[in-house]
Amino acid sequence: MTALETLEPSRGRGDLPRPSHLRPADVLAVGSVGMRTRRLRTALTALGIAIGIASLVAVMGISSSSHKDLDARLNALGTNRLEVQAGQSFTPGGTPALDNNALAMIRRIGPVEAASGITTVSATVLRNNFVNPSETGGISIDSTDQFFAQATGATMASGQFLNAANVNYPAIVLGATSASRLGIRSVNQHARVYVSGHFFAVVGILKPIPLFPNLDTAAFIGRPVAATLFATSLAPDTAFVVTVPAQLDTVRSVLAATADPAAPGEAAVTRPSDAIAAKQAVDTSLTALLLGLGGVALVVGGIGIANVMVISVLERRTEIGVRRALGATKRHVRLQFLVEAVLLSLLGGILGVVLGVGVTIGYAHVQDIKLSIPALAAAAGLGAAIVVGALAGISPASRAARLAPADAIRPL
Amino acid sequence: MSGEAQASGATISELAAPDEVGARDTARSTVLELRDVVKEYAGTPPVRALDGVDLSVRRGEMVGIVGPSGSGKSTLLNLLGLLDRPTEGTIALDGVLVAGLRDRQLSALRGRRIGFIFQTFNLIDGLDGVENVALGLTYAGVRASERRRRATEALDRVGLAHRATHRPSQLSGGERQRVAIARAIVTDPALVLADEPTGNLDTRTGDTIIETLSELHADGSTIVLITHDTAIAQRMPRRVTMRDGRIESDEVVSR
Repeated sequence: MTALETLEPSRGRGDLPRPSHLRPADVLAVGSVGMRTRRLRTALTALGIAIGIASLVAVMGISSSSHKDLDARLNALGTNRLEVQAGQSFTPGGTPALDNNALAMIRRIGPVEAASGITTVSATVLRNNFVNPSETGGISIDSTDQFFAQATGATMASGQFLNAANVNYPAIVLGATSASRLGIRSVNQHARVYVSGHFFAVVGILKPIPLFPNLDTAAFIGRPVAATLFATSLAPDTAFVVTVPAQLDTVRSVLAATADPAAPGEAAVTRPSDAIAAKQAVDTSLTALLLGLGGVALVVGGIGIANVMVISVLERRTEIGVRRALGATKRHVRLQFLVEAVLLSLLGGILGVVLGVGVTIGYAHVQDIKLSIPALAAAAGLGAAIVVGALAGISPASRAARLAPADAIRPL
Repeated sequence: MSGEAQASGATISELAAPDEVGARDTARSTVLELRDVVKEYAGTPPVRALDGVDLSVRRGEMVGIVGPSGSGKSTLLNLLGLLDRPTEGTIALDGVLVAGLRDRQLSALRGRRIGFIFQTFNLIDGLDGVENVALGLTYAGVRASERRRRATEALDRVGLAHRATHRPSQLSGGERQRVAIARAIVTDPALVLADEPTGNLDTRTGDTIIETLSELHADGSTIVLITHDTAIAQRMPRRVTMRDGRIESDEVVSR
């Protein structure tokens, strides 16, 4: 039996020092040495990630703000409004129209709160009788009744809408765009406009109507005066209906048949708020595209970090060797460079979130929409930064850990 | 050699005479023991940098290892510093057999039982004097306040307490090497390994560094100094001369 074989396994074990270990607080300190000593490089590298994260946060923030704003606007406008348009008439020379008594019949539907309608008037509106009659400015004229504002949600910028008294007289209310095209800002100007041979007094100017933007380029006169002066039909070609919100679908299902009993299949019933929501849905694909671009920026930023870390490991060979000589294990060296990559990326992430939130606030301010910064977007931004940093750091950190201490410690 | 025995960390002295009374004392008094150490580097043909080296360093000794370049000094230093493993033979440091130790154990042994002093100082730029000195304690899991206290104490021992908060770039060559010496002794290691510690310094500054090391030796530290400078080797109480990977002579000079 040799001397070795007589040894008890435990003997001499006490002579081994406790394995090297780093306190959690020291892991951060050790991992940030490189960043603290190379500040410009740290800033530039972090900037790459910051741009990626900023675009992600800004896109999500802007999208969220727009959605929140839309929801608020739709809630304010009401999603309980319906529009009925007469179908195209196949009678030669005939204009599409609903039934003569369409509005009266619609108002008799229980859950209908308000209803009004318009009929296209074959006339042009000019600022005065000296203007070339062909320069109509794209302004159409509709005849309507005093319930129009209530049924469409229109509000006044100036003056009042038509009422029971002046629907019989040459009084006119201008849509927001029509008024600006005619150069009329207020009813206090006591302006008159020239409607196909007759002067009409401007009694009201509307604010833009969000649910019915095509009405902004129209001008409105009373149904009786339209019938008298321009022989306009009393049958509306479009009806606007407000329902009890819970009964919207019920009303919708009977509306076409009520408005146009003769040809219920031809009248088209739509909910205008759907059109706005659909427009927003189109914007979603743009958002996805921008998010994709942000993702690409983030990947490029990650590659930048990996590149800088590879250089850092080459430059700091001696430091790695010294740390190994002073008791650092392979794991400690790997952890040091991994932590450095993550800190670098996290720094960029924080900067990016701040930038992204700033851009969102700026956008919301300029566009005058409600601000909404999803906490999830900020958290996701930071999370993405950490993941990108860790992925970028894995390979350089492993290379650093694999360096043999004897090779690392001597200058090349 | 069985794996179990390798991991047990016994000293070579113990292996030689395990039942002898006083063997343990002998083991305690021996800091470093190399037996039949061979180091080959891969190549065709393989390069044999060390060829059967036997060396024993006792506690409190100051040894100069001298030899021309290519004699195997640096290879020997790597093995003494546990920075590399021998191809053949055994090494025991402070009572622990090195072969078969895992990276964590070897790192701990290196960090706490050996103090390194390098020719190029190898201080870390981003850290001030105290932080550089305390670095080894960080990997030993010592608390920050305790690290600072011990690092300040070590700097005081090498006469640099007043430069404690200076960065390496703000220090002269001699001062940097003193910080490095403080870093080497802060863990109170069993062995201080100095690799051409005066190589990057002028003669006068080099002399003060050798004086500092001699003072540490007088206070009881075990020091192995590797140099190609025979003048410095002349000042060592024990001189080991290397040539072609072998120990040519090993002489103790009594003063």
